[in-house]
Amino acid sequence: MNWEVVIGLETHAQLSTSSKIFSGASTAFGAEPNTQACAVDIALPGVLPVLNKGAVEHAIRFGLAVGARINCRSIFARKNYFYPDLPKGYQISQYELPVVEGGSLTVLVGDIEKTVRLTRAHLEEDAGKSLHEDFHDATGIDLNRAGTPLLEIVTEPDMHSSAEAVSYAKALHALVRWIGICDGNMQEGSFRCDANVSVRPAGSDKLGTRREIKNLNSFRFLQQAIDYEVQWQINEIEEGRKIVQATVLFDPATGSTRMMRTKEDAHDYRYFPDPDLLPLEVTDSFLKEVEENMPELPQQTKERFVRDYRLSPIEASLLTSSFDIANYFKGVALSSLKDGEVLGSADFKLCANSVINDIAAKMNEEENLPPWAFRVSKDTVGHIILRIREGVINAKTGKDLLARFWEEGQRKSAQSGEYIHGGYPELVDELIRDEGLSQISDSSTIEKIVDDVLAANAQQVADYRTGKEKAFNSLVGQAMKATKGKANPQQVNEILKRKLAP
Amino acid sequence: MQHATLKQLSDGLRAGKFSSTEVVQFFINKINKLNDILNCFISVDAERSLAQARAADALRAAGKAQPLTGVPIAQKDIFCAQGWLTTCGSKMLSNFVSPYDAHVIERFNAAGAVNLGKTNMDEFAMGSSNETSFYGPVRNPWDHERVPGGSSGGSAVAVAARLAPAATGTDTGGSIRQPAALTGICGLKPTYGVVSRYGMIAFASSLDQGGPMARTAEDLGLMLNVMAGFDARDSTSLQRESEDYMRALAKPVAGLRIGLPREFFAAGASAEVVKAVEAAIAEYRKLGCKVVDISLPNMSLSVPVYYVLAPAEASSNLSRFDGVRYGYRAENYANLAEMYEKTRAEGFGAEVKRRILIGAYVLSHGYYDAYYIRAQKLRRLIAQDFTEAFKQCDVIMGPTSPSTAFKIGEKSGDPVQMYLSDIYTIAVNLAGLPGMSIPCGFDNAGLPVGLQIIGNYFSEAHLLNVAHQYQQVTDWHARAPKDIVETVTL
Repeated sequence: MNWEVVIGLETHAQLSTSSKIFSGASTAFGAEPNTQACAVDIALPGVLPVLNKGAVEHAIRFGLAVGARINCRSIFARKNYFYPDLPKGYQISQYELPVVEGGSLTVLVGDIEKTVRLTRAHLEEDAGKSLHEDFHDATGIDLNRAGTPLLEIVTEPDMHSSAEAVSYAKALHALVRWIGICDGNMQEGSFRCDANVSVRPAGSDKLGTRREIKNLNSFRFLQQAIDYEVQWQINEIEEGRKIVQATVLFDPATGSTRMMRTKEDAHDYRYFPDPDLLPLEVTDSFLKEVEENMPELPQQTKERFVRDYRLSPIEASLLTSSFDIANYFKGVALSSLKDGEVLGSADFKLCANSVINDIAAKMNEEENLPPWAFRVSKDTVGHIILRIREGVINAKTGKDLLARFWEEGQRKSAQSGEYIHGGYPELVDELIRDEGLSQISDSSTIEKIVDDVLAANAQQVADYRTGKEKAFNSLVGQAMKATKGKANPQQVNEILKRKLAP
Repeated sequence: MQHATLKQLSDGLRAGKFSSTEVVQFFINKINKLNDILNCFISVDAERSLAQARAADALRAAGKAQPLTGVPIAQKDIFCAQGWLTTCGSKMLSNFVSPYDAHVIERFNAAGAVNLGKTNMDEFAMGSSNETSFYGPVRNPWDHERVPGGSSGGSAVAVAARLAPAATGTDTGGSIRQPAALTGICGLKPTYGVVSRYGMIAFASSLDQGGPMARTAEDLGLMLNVMAGFDARDSTSLQRESEDYMRALAKPVAGLRIGLPREFFAAGASAEVVKAVEAAIAEYRKLGCKVVDISLPNMSLSVPVYYVLAPAEASSNLSRFDGVRYGYRAENYANLAEMYEKTRAEGFGAEVKRRILIGAYVLSHGYYDAYYIRAQKLRRLIAQDFTEAFKQCDVIMGPTSPSTAFKIGEKSGDPVQMYLSDIYTIAVNLAGLPGMSIPCGFDNAGLPVGLQIIGNYFSEAHLLNVAHQYQQVTDWHARAPKDIVETVTL
């Protein structure tokens, strides 16, 4: 039987306010345990919560960015349960009436656009942390995180593969950073996903029983967990067992999920409106104020890239996958302009390709690289591309230079522990001059080299003439090799074709 | 000095008749003599109080005294006070020394008042007799076999027995007014939101309100002038211009329309209580007031509505008492669940447990709509009754409590009878209105009767005016329980 996978995601994005959602304590990460927990955070008798307006502003920003409805009145409720890292014995969270409802996010899956509908986004406070290591026969409690503002962003069950889920999560991750509401640091838990996964026979319109995978804090784990869970569910059903609604945990060590609790032993959270907090009223003037301070959104930037930079929609999508990449690309493009050239008159495909293919590939190699830490500055990359566009060097030489600078940046950063760029624009020109990297575009020189190559490779010439296209590429390669890669590849092509013509 | 009101002490201090140190020492001596019998204080710390008194005297010498500078005030043990044991009448907090001050305590400190000690109360303010306290029952100075009412029973007795000139209380369903009535003193529950709840240990957040307890309406005004005011740390605190609650005391009350709700005088109230209340109304008529017959048709719903909403909020508010971070923790447990279970089983008393259970039940899945939501709807109807009533009258009067002080143990075995003690006071909390109780006579056994006066929102100054004018022509508020007050002299 063919199975259809149905996935909905719930994402907790930690809002980057400097103080907590209901107290004045700092939200900075990494302080000594319990040094950033005030009377309200540790729930002393008699203390009361006061809503941080900044957290509301962040939530509204998100709502505006995804085209959602901003509820002018929303309610904070208490979710009651006992746990040592939950000081009040309840979590304050929006339940029946969230501040943000609806909206959607359009994401690129491979090269296909897909729209994921959002159900809601609501404000809530984070719990503290239970520390099970370092304490013999006991559990330590660190309440620094208690009361940190979270925005829980819930989707409709609109995704049908781990690839779609990961694309959505990446796009959401980029968006919350783009609009400056979350630092997106997944190692520190600032952005974590729960995945609701079910399967059903293809074509069925009834949802299967779902299991929720909790607390996935990397895109790779998200993908692995979903893939494992989907296969597990299909096996269960095919072997005649029923899926029981449950909450499960993903174990990165084994790559498998394991049961935490079933619906039967789920808590009754006894939600009710928190009498310590008045309903949250969002006034028109506040909404307008937030609206006026919104940055250009990825979708708008993307449209502008297509219009002003003449990029394809796919290229534009890739370059707006994060604020840093978009910003970087803009810098590269500007630095690659020839004298007198203006935006719109120039062809930026080369810049786009360079950023998408070279930079993105290198970024992927260094998985732990923070988003801002490109190893080569946008000015340097732009200058390399300028020289390519001018025909001073060919694309391959450009690529080599980029790789060389990248490694230098990597090395120097590793040595100093600080963030250092490799290379600089002037160095590009110095190296071209000192190492003779200029492209060979003189046709008589290239003709002579081609003649030598043809004479030395009679077999390939014969092969080509009997219709073996591959032999042609080999001959081009020989010619490039003879010039140490500096020949203008287009000219080599043309001259070879002419000389081999019957 | 023992019969001096807060106002008289304030005037005497200003005139230099005595120092704050002398006043405080006098009351500490009285407490030392009588607290063993009355049990109205949980914590007394003479050194700490006297240090505050000396500081107050220094402040006065420096010409920086305010009206309450140097005056001793007893604080209900529900208010967190830095460095003071703050138990809320519970074993659960029997080791909790507060690291911070409640807003109310801050205000008294800023006014230069002296904290005379922490008064006994029903555990977590849950009770109408002060019998649920972990620290034992408080005795009514008018009859030691009787309760003083609750939950602010310790504060009421401290004032009634002249162990303190004034005290703070909190009122969730009548916890200031009912003990004031049963001990023959005055108590005011302000409009919800007038006094900050920050640092006041929560029982039912949407109903709790702190207020003053003293022997005259004028003294209540002096206290409220310090206690009231906006506090950004309490989201339900109301941002209003500060007012002088004593500004209208002297105004004549002629022409005042007094509403008498039929429901307050129907079956339930004892004949002697009704008689004393009617005599008080007659006194008001003599002052030129008019009486209007009114109805609060949903009145009978207030007790059931209250006993859904208050326990619901309490069950959640009391979740923080889990033995993890502070307070009592069971000694022996095998695992986390057992630590919670034993800590809460051992740390809470029976009445608190009963209300937590009721609260958890009405909030649980499948019952929430039938109980909690329905009670919220009825709460609005009860509030509307008052809105309608205040179209016909300026204040509402009636008994504070259906009976005078009952015997210790008389109702403690029957929660429903106990809950009915607050039948006339609860609706006021549900509506968020201000209400007060003043002494208006005695029953045949010589036990005090309280007159309840309810006003419209923010009418505290007017209520105090109405009470003050009555106290200008009567002397019920000046009566004292004889055997107690004559045992100590300065």
